[in-house]
Amino acid sequence: MSQPAWEHFYHMADIGVRGRGETLAQAFEQVAIAMTAVVTEPERIQPLQAIDVSCDAPDQELLLVDWLNALVYEMATRKMLFSRFEVTVQEQQLIARAWGEKIDIARHEPTVEIKGATYTELKVAQLTDGTWMAQCVVDV
Amino acid sequence: MDLNLLTRVADYSWRIEPHGDMRVPAILYADEKLIREMDEKVYEQSCNVAMLPGIVQAAYAMPDAHWGYGFPIGGVAAFDPDEGGVVSAGGVGFDISCGVRTLLTGLRKPDVEARKHALADGLFRDIPAGVGSTGHIHLSQSGMNAMLKGGAKWAVEQGFGWQEDLQRIEEHGCMQGAKPENVSEHAKKRQKDEMGTLGSGNHYLEVQFVASIYNEQIASVYGLQEGDVVVSIHCGSRGLGHQIGTEFLKSMALSAGQHGIRLPDRELACAPINSEVGQNYLGAMRAGINCALANRQIITHLTRQVFARIIPEAELRLLYDVSHNTCKEETHVIDGVKRRLFVHRKGATRAFGPDHPDVPEPLRQVGQPVIIGGSMGTSSYILAGTKESEKQAYSSACHGAGRAMSRHQAKRQWRGRTLIDELAERGILIRSPSLRGVAEEAPGAYKDVSAVVDAADKAGLARKVARLEPMACIKG
Repeated sequence: MSQPAWEHFYHMADIGVRGRGETLAQAFEQVAIAMTAVVTEPERIQPLQAIDVSCDAPDQELLLVDWLNALVYEMATRKMLFSRFEVTVQEQQLIARAWGEKIDIARHEPTVEIKGATYTELKVAQLTDGTWMAQCVVDV
Repeated sequence: MDLNLLTRVADYSWRIEPHGDMRVPAILYADEKLIREMDEKVYEQSCNVAMLPGIVQAAYAMPDAHWGYGFPIGGVAAFDPDEGGVVSAGGVGFDISCGVRTLLTGLRKPDVEARKHALADGLFRDIPAGVGSTGHIHLSQSGMNAMLKGGAKWAVEQGFGWQEDLQRIEEHGCMQGAKPENVSEHAKKRQKDEMGTLGSGNHYLEVQFVASIYNEQIASVYGLQEGDVVVSIHCGSRGLGHQIGTEFLKSMALSAGQHGIRLPDRELACAPINSEVGQNYLGAMRAGINCALANRQIITHLTRQVFARIIPEAELRLLYDVSHNTCKEETHVIDGVKRRLFVHRKGATRAFGPDHPDVPEPLRQVGQPVIIGGSMGTSSYILAGTKESEKQAYSSACHGAGRAMSRHQAKRQWRGRTLIDELAERGILIRSPSLRGVAEEAPGAYKDVSAVVDAADKAGLARKVARLEPMACIKG
């Protein structure tokens, strides 16, 4: 079995975020870490405070974009960064908890704000080995 | 891009013949080198835009076009509401009304050189920039709605800047038709503490000097002389615009089917102008435009305060404020007939020529200033709209250089500290809360803006007036 993992992929102007996992929920958790890694190194963020997020959308791809945009909103309005995620997906609904802390400019050295997750290169798929992959480009 | 896919119309203009579901051709403005280097995605996205309902004449791409979201960045397209024409959230972009304004200072380069460090430090201290920064203004609900309705006009009424600034801003600083009630509570909450903040990424405030003048006559009308110092501010509608873009992208994607629109790509999500979603978006997007205008107005006020403290003899008068992510209802003459069209400019600058009624009186005889921001540490340009531009791409020109390298590659190639030291040796001061952000925005990660501007000039989209070089740059 492959380990859950995240990575960035190439986009000229912005940046692609991708998560992989044994389940759809795990792939969604990993892609959230990939998005945090656009802003700073996730290991710099202490999971001190938890917040709850939920969203729903008619298909898995729109659900991914909604999930990431819900996090963008929480990051922007709470001035927080998140490094640990627990996601459950039931049909069209996602319920999640994210752990993180207030932005500390000196310690986190945040690079860039994320404006939003986009439909560019948007894909959510179960691969032939049964694992899941979720990805899109985020606008920065 | 493969030149075999295109028909060369003129030295600086290329055409993609309509094929498949394209309703109109696509026209690309650039020289051969820029076209060769242009992303294949620009071809694909321009063709996709040409498939949208109600598109008029052609889908256009500016010389700095690159891969965007649905529309290419550097894309221009106009739609007729009476022919089922659409409005697209992706065709405007997430950062609604992102744009540039340039302020004259009345100072000469030597006046500023000696006080440059203090000026850079003062600007960096007083103008909030970067991730997580908050402004000095915290809007109540009624204040927020008034701002979204009034734009820069609201800001001036609140004491941010001067009445005379307004005539030097598109729409006289206040976009009509804004509907704050169409802007979600989420979007307003995201903006509550972000008024008067620069943001991050490629946004900046730069103190520049006029390094070259290409057209003396227009430059003198604009008040520009070689050696003059100016200030340019590049930013947009902050969290509010981003949230409006995010929410309407989804509602447009979900409602496209009901409107009988078959999307070649989901990210082209759009709605008929004459539909509830379309009208709701236009009202919200116009409120987003006002937010951007108010934001740049507040930053202007903060900038003036810093100058007043450090170089009291400075007088910062606004040359012009122009946005490059918008959809505007405009009158254009098509085959001799005047038509009201909804012109999307995504990463493209409006460039009205001489005598256009929307160009402020003092500038009207020479055409609207077109401000092309460079990237940190590189040249910027002032151009002027031309009469020919009206016939080319609805009076539009390029907006900037565009990236030549991804953020990831840039971060691997450069270190922020080294870059700052190298630029300081060239006399350019950089102030930023993020060294890693500086690395991602390295001058070498962007295309040569001069080539883009030359192509825009030669294609007749706008005329070159002046080149600006940086002295100090505040990076978000």
